[in-house]
Amino acid sequence: MNNGWKWENFFEAFPLILKGLGATVGLTFACFAFALIFGFVWIFLKHIPNKPFVWTVDWIMIFIYSTPPLVQLFFIYYALPMIPVIGVTLNPFICAVLGIGIHYSTYISEIYRSGIESVDKGQWEASKALNFSAFDKWRKIILPQAIPPTIPMLGNYLIIMFKEVPLASTVGVAGILTIANSYGALHFAYLEPLTIVGIIFLTLSYPASILIKKLEVKMNTRFDKNTIIAKPNKKVHKKMNFERSDHIV
Amino acid sequence: MGYVLKKSIDIFNVKLSKRENSHSGLYGQRKYKLLKSLLQSISRYNQVTIVYSSTSRKGMVNISTAIEMIPQLTRGLAVTISVLIASAFIAYIVAFIAGLSKISKSILLRKFTGVYVEVFRGTSLIVQLFWLYYAIPMLFNIQLGSNWWIGVIAIGLNYGSYMSEVVRGSILAVDKGQIEASIALNMTRYQRMRLVILPQAIRMMIPDFGNYTIQIMKATSLVSLIGMRDILYYGDIMRSSNLSQAPLIYVVVLLMYFILALPFVWLTRKGESIAKKGVASQ
Amino acid sequence: MSEQSVKDIEKINTLNTEQIVKYRNVTKSFGDFHVLKGINLDIYSGEKVAIIGPSGSGKTTIIRMLMTLEEPTSGDIIVDGKNLWKMKRNGTSIPANEKHISELRGNIGMVFQHFNLFPHMTILENCMVAPIHVKKEDKKEVQERSIQMLERVGLGNKLNFYPSQLSGGQKQRVAMARALVMRPKIMLFDEVTSALDPELVGEVLEVIRDIAHNDDMAMILVTHEMDFALDVADKVLFLDQGVIIEQGTASEVLEHSKNERVQAFLRRFRKI
Repeated sequence: MNNGWKWENFFEAFPLILKGLGATVGLTFACFAFALIFGFVWIFLKHIPNKPFVWTVDWIMIFIYSTPPLVQLFFIYYALPMIPVIGVTLNPFICAVLGIGIHYSTYISEIYRSGIESVDKGQWEASKALNFSAFDKWRKIILPQAIPPTIPMLGNYLIIMFKEVPLASTVGVAGILTIANSYGALHFAYLEPLTIVGIIFLTLSYPASILIKKLEVKMNTRFDKNTIIAKPNKKVHKKMNFERSDHIV
Repeated sequence: MGYVLKKSIDIFNVKLSKRENSHSGLYGQRKYKLLKSLLQSISRYNQVTIVYSSTSRKGMVNISTAIEMIPQLTRGLAVTISVLIASAFIAYIVAFIAGLSKISKSILLRKFTGVYVEVFRGTSLIVQLFWLYYAIPMLFNIQLGSNWWIGVIAIGLNYGSYMSEVVRGSILAVDKGQIEASIALNMTRYQRMRLVILPQAIRMMIPDFGNYTIQIMKATSLVSLIGMRDILYYGDIMRSSNLSQAPLIYVVVLLMYFILALPFVWLTRKGESIAKKGVASQ
Repeated sequence: MSEQSVKDIEKINTLNTEQIVKYRNVTKSFGDFHVLKGINLDIYSGEKVAIIGPSGSGKTTIIRMLMTLEEPTSGDIIVDGKNLWKMKRNGTSIPANEKHISELRGNIGMVFQHFNLFPHMTILENCMVAPIHVKKEDKKEVQERSIQMLERVGLGNKLNFYPSQLSGGQKQRVAMARALVMRPKIMLFDEVTSALDPELVGEVLEVIRDIAHNDDMAMILVTHEMDFALDVADKVLFLDQGVIIEQGTASEVLEHSKNERVQAFLRRFRKI
């Protein structure tokens, strides 16, 4: 058995695995884009004024949210083609986008909802008073205010989905993990390729999460501008408190 | 291409179900040994599917078939539930230890915990799982015990790192006046934490902990990839021997996971109202 | 000299002359902001001291440092003859450790502007938690004393209520009972009526008045209630921009002050 760390394996596997990074990142963005769009579909469905319908949509979302994405992926891959009439065989890439995308669309839609709820009530009343159509009300008044504050949260989910995308290798979509596993199987050396995959994930997601934290701070100051101007001392005081609080406990 | 691959995986599962090999799984080493004989067996596979397709028409939903499936799938329930309980337990404990370490006075402890949290949050759970499964034995020439332990440790440590942020955040969210009042009553640091801060912080954690427990429950399905016989494993076995019933099989599997999740869905919703009571937050 | 100030002087003369708290050149800064610029202050045991002054003058900081919630930037605070923030080891003075501070802190109790009751405990548990866990006293005895104390502040019928079920005035009375059960030698009151609705201020002041007249502990009150200060305080300090600019008996400071800034401040207050 091949024991211990071998640098020659590391340097041999590294360029091979790096070749799969494009596919993994591409799949991540495809899933993310799908989830972003499908998140709006949920919001739209939940705003249809029919209580039993909204209740049903609610429970469908909870169902998707609280069951494993891996099983959902298998369902789309293995079961969808077997369903009469609507059953279709999709290529694995589309399966992965659908499976992971739909699963995370329930999270994304919750983020949208929190954004929409944070829009001041007066804005809804104002758009009514100005006699906007329903479409214009959403497009010109509500969404432009609701979505920008949620961008950091959405960014967090981009990172989370990046780390979830390797699931797709179970239905045969190649990515860095697939290549690492194949390399491991061929050379019977899993340690180095899997470590490389871990390093790649860490070096991409850690700086990204720091970037998003910074964005979050920036967003907070931008969207709290009014309160800061109104109470100049509050923020300073809070900051002081927070710095102390880290050690007082 | 995808179609061929799908079949190859099916073949692989059929073989596995016959061999009952403990070192199995979709990523098992045997997969690649099997690849050579793959093409030869495809013809036989086709015959198998034809036999099954003739007995039950394509995708016909049959309630009695679904009920028949349940006892088969419940064989995997023990593994799913035991992995869920054990990894949730580890995750909670790790979350508290790491969360408290992150606000401790010791810089060394804070830095060390910071590295742990960033490494486990920064790399994917599935990668960590495989790493423990394949790489640890190669690196140290030791076995981490059973696959069950590998699954539990990977899931526990991964979610422990996420949940440590919940613990830390909740403790810091307890109103500073509470700490001042407990200092004024001359409590020691330890008493402050135990009597005043933690009881309030824990109430705030409940919704998030409920949510993360759902995530942990979902993550237990990954142990089927390292050869554990959980619900999904038996579902896959059944599907591979009877592809036409796949929709029904997976719906039943999903429903079983959903039923497991329901108490935590309830806890998360209930927890939000618990959290509002009995807490002085900023 | 008015009849009132004669009475005040007599009162001071009858007091125990032992100083229980001494401030010596105490300063406090937050970064570049100097909150306190050299405070010298003596408080005798049993003395009732009111600190008044405009907001931001550092009143609260004075008592927060005594409660060890803030550390002074320089200077000494002596409690019961011992330096609160410094201790001697091998003949040299070093920063006090937790044990030293905790020993002296046992003499002091505090009531906060925002009550700071523990929301996860009933009001009886709020009163009992510290004597049982901190002073390791007998649970039965503590319970009896706590009930007595809660009855004294007029809440004997609400023992098993949670703080969220009480009004602001009731919460503040519980907070006082909680501090009193610890039997401190010095009680600190930090603007205890500022967060209350006006109609609830009276009931809280009534309790403090009761404590001031019947208990022999020293009290330091940071307050905006001038008439109340005149009534209960033996000594009044006027603080402005981190400096004590006048101190004396209540009537000296509040009624006969010659200092312009004190007069201006009091005029503004009277108008309201």
